[in-house]
Amino acid sequence: MEKQEYTITLYTENSIGMIGRISIIFSRRKINIESLNTSPSEAEGIHRFTIVIHETEDVVRKLCRQIEKQVEVLKAYYNTNDEVIWQEQALYKVPTDIVTEKAPVERLLRQYGASAVVIRNDYTVFETAGHREEIDALTEALAEYNLIEFVRSARIAIIKDSEGFHKKLKEFEEQEPAEEVVENRYLNKQDKVFTM
Amino acid sequence: MNTLEITKDTPQKEAETIQLSGSQAVLEALLAEGVDILFGYPGGAIMPIYDALYDYNDRLKHVLVRHEQGGIHAAQGYARTSGRVGVVFATSGPGATNLVTGLADAMIDSNPIVCVTGQVFAHLLGTDAFQETDVINITAPVTKWNYQVTDACEIPSALAKAFHIARTGRPGPVLIDITKNAQLQLFDYEGYKVCNHIRSYRPKPIVRREYVEQAAALINEAQRPFVLFGQGVILGRAEAEFKAFIEKAGIPAAATVMGLSALETGHPLHVGMLGMHGNYAPNVLTNECDVLIAIGMRFDDRVTGRLDKYAKQAKVIHLDIDPAEIDKNVKTTVPVWGDCKETLPLLTGLVDARNHAEWLGRFRELEQAEIKEVIHDELNPTSEIMTMGEVIRILNELTHGEAVIVTDVGQHQMVACRYAQFNRSKSNVTSGGLGTMGFGLPAAIGAWYGTPDRTVVAIIGDGGIQMTIQELGTIMQFGAKVKILILNNEFLGMVRQWQQLFHDRRYSFVNIASPDFVTVAKGYGIPGKSVRERKDLEQALSDMIAHDGSYLLEVMVGKENNVFPMVPQGSSVAEIRLK
Repeated sequence: MEKQEYTITLYTENSIGMIGRISIIFSRRKINIESLNTSPSEAEGIHRFTIVIHETEDVVRKLCRQIEKQVEVLKAYYNTNDEVIWQEQALYKVPTDIVTEKAPVERLLRQYGASAVVIRNDYTVFETAGHREEIDALTEALAEYNLIEFVRSARIAIIKDSEGFHKKLKEFEEQEPAEEVVENRYLNKQDKVFTM
Repeated sequence: MNTLEITKDTPQKEAETIQLSGSQAVLEALLAEGVDILFGYPGGAIMPIYDALYDYNDRLKHVLVRHEQGGIHAAQGYARTSGRVGVVFATSGPGATNLVTGLADAMIDSNPIVCVTGQVFAHLLGTDAFQETDVINITAPVTKWNYQVTDACEIPSALAKAFHIARTGRPGPVLIDITKNAQLQLFDYEGYKVCNHIRSYRPKPIVRREYVEQAAALINEAQRPFVLFGQGVILGRAEAEFKAFIEKAGIPAAATVMGLSALETGHPLHVGMLGMHGNYAPNVLTNECDVLIAIGMRFDDRVTGRLDKYAKQAKVIHLDIDPAEIDKNVKTTVPVWGDCKETLPLLTGLVDARNHAEWLGRFRELEQAEIKEVIHDELNPTSEIMTMGEVIRILNELTHGEAVIVTDVGQHQMVACRYAQFNRSKSNVTSGGLGTMGFGLPAAIGAWYGTPDRTVVAIIGDGGIQMTIQELGTIMQFGAKVKILILNNEFLGMVRQWQQLFHDRRYSFVNIASPDFVTVAKGYGIPGKSVRERKDLEQALSDMIAHDGSYLLEVMVGKENNVFPMVPQGSSVAEIRLK
C-alpha cells in the first residue's frame, strides 16, 4: 500500500489535555504529524481536530480506531485529498521598499491573490490562502526578495461527501449539552486562598 | 494545615444538601460503588483522604501495601478473581509514578481499576513543588481515562465517571488525580449519582445481525472449524454462553494465556493453550483449520508468531467488544462487533448442531505426540532433578483444579499455564500482555481478597519474587492466606533459555543469587520450607495447602530446564518446536 496524504477529522469534547491525548497516539508509533488544527465545530461545546499525516490507508484506519477509543472522542474520519476541500493560510513579512520598487514582486502577489494586511514604512505583511503547493511556490519566489518572516497555518478541511457528522452532533448538543470545562482557578492565588 | 478560605461563590445551600470535604466525597463515592476493600499507601498529598478514611474504617477495609506497585497489582488480582473494580490510593510524585507499571499492566490486560492519587495544591501545579509530578500526562498512555480534580465539587461526578469507564466495555484502568486543596475543601454535597452514560463514550458497539448471520453461515459450511478464546469471555461473563456455542457447533477450542479457566481444562472440546509456549496441536492446526473463530482475544504476537504465515488458509471470524481490535493484526473475513455475552447466543441460535469428531481427533493425535515428546517427561521425570511440571502435577492432584493459580512471569508462568487445571472461571491470574516480573506476589494478595474462601497459590520464580518481596510485609500485617510457591532454578530462567537457544549459551547476567527465602519468610512471621529432593515434595506441597494461613514453599528445580514446545520468535505457529 502506498503512502499518501490523509486528512483526519475528529470531533471531540472540549476538555483539557485533548491535544496531548491525541498526539501521543501518533508519536507512540513514531508517526510525524504534518499539521494539526483545533477549532470549534458547528455544534457548541464540540471541538474539531484536523490532522494531516503521510501514511498508508491501513495505518490511518487503525489510528482512527485507536483515536475513537479515547473516551472524549466522538468520531474520527479520514479522507484523501480528493475527498476534502482544504486550505492553509500563510503570512509573509516583506520589506516595503522591495514591494514598491520591484515590479515582479507586485506581480507575484497579484498572481497568488495575496493581500496586504499591514503596511508600514519598514515592512508589509501579506496574507494568502490556498493549497500547500501554491503557498510553497509563493514562499520560494519571495525568498529572492528579502522575505523577512513567513508562517503557514495548519490545514483546515471540509469533507465533501455527505452531511458528515452534522446531524448527530446537533442531536448530541440538544439532548445532552456539554459539561463545562473546569480550569484551575487557584494559580497565582496562593496568598489569597491558603494559609498553612 | 488549617483554615482554607475557598469558595465565596458557592451556590445557595439547598435544604437537603450537606457539607462534605472533598476527601469525604471520595470515600462516599467508593461506598456508593459498593467498594469494600482498597489497597494503598499514604503520603503528604493524599493525607486529607487518609484522614477521612480514619472515620470510614468500619466500612472500607484498607490494605496497607509496602510499595504502590504492589498496591496496584493487588488491585488487579482482586479485580481478576472477584470480577469487580479494584481500587488503589497513592500519594503524589513517587507514589503516583510507582503505579505506572501496574497501570500499563492493567491497560494491556483490560483490568478494571480505579486509582486515586493525591496531588499538590492546585496553586502549586507547575511550580516543581515537593512531590509534584505531571501524573496526568505520565499516565495518559497507560490509562483508559484519567482526570485531574482541582475543585471538590467535581469529585462525585469524576469518580462516577471513573467507575463507569473502568468497568464497562473493554475494561481498563482509570486514574483520578486530586489536588490537596480539593481534598480539604468543604462543598455542598448533593449525593452521589452513579454514571451510566457518557455522551462521547460508547462502551460496546451495536451488534449487527448480518455479521452474525454471515459468521453462522461460514461456521455451518466449515469442515475444520477452530475456536480461539481469550479473556473477553471472562470479562463478558459469557462462560456459559461460550460453552453452549462450542458444544452445539462441536468445535475444538484453545485458550490464550489470558483466556485460561474460561472453559474448564478437562472439557472434551478444550484442546489446550495457544502461543509461543502453548500446546502443539492448537498451534500446528491453526494453519490447517478452514474457519478460525476468535472470541474475545486480540491476536497478540506471542499467539500468532509470524503473521504472514498465520492461518492464511482460513476464513477468520473475530468476535470482540473493541472495534480497534478487529483487523488490527489479523485480517478478518467476518467481524462480529459486540459484547460476546450478546453475540454468542445469537450465533449459537444460528449454527447447526455438529460433531467434528474426525477433526477433533487430529488435535488428540498431535496431543499424543506432545505427551510423548514433552509432557510425559516434564510431569514424570525420571532423573533426580525436579521439574517445574511435576510440581504443578502434584499441585493439581492436591487441589483438583479448584485453586486460584497466580503466576509471576517467566518459565514457571508458562509451565503453570500449560499444566495447571482449572475447573472454574477467574482462576488464572497472570500478567499476560505486559509480562511484568514482580506481579505475582502482590497480585496473589489481591486475588485472595477477591475470593477469600478459595485456595490461592502464587507460583513465582526466584527472580520475580525478589522484585516485590517486600509485600510479604503486607501478608504479615493483614493475614492474606496466600500460598507462595517459589520454583527456584537459580537462574532468570526464561532469559537463560533464550540465551541458550538463540545467543550461543552466552549467559549474560541471568545467574541470580537468592536469599534464604524460608528465613526471609520467617522474619515476616510466615512459615515455610525448602525442598531439594523429590521424596519430600508431595508432603511439602500437601502441608502448604493444608496450612491455614500464608505459607512459603521453595522447590529447587532443574537449573537449565527449558520450556517446550516453543514457537521461536519470527517463526510460524506451524513451525513449533517440540525440543
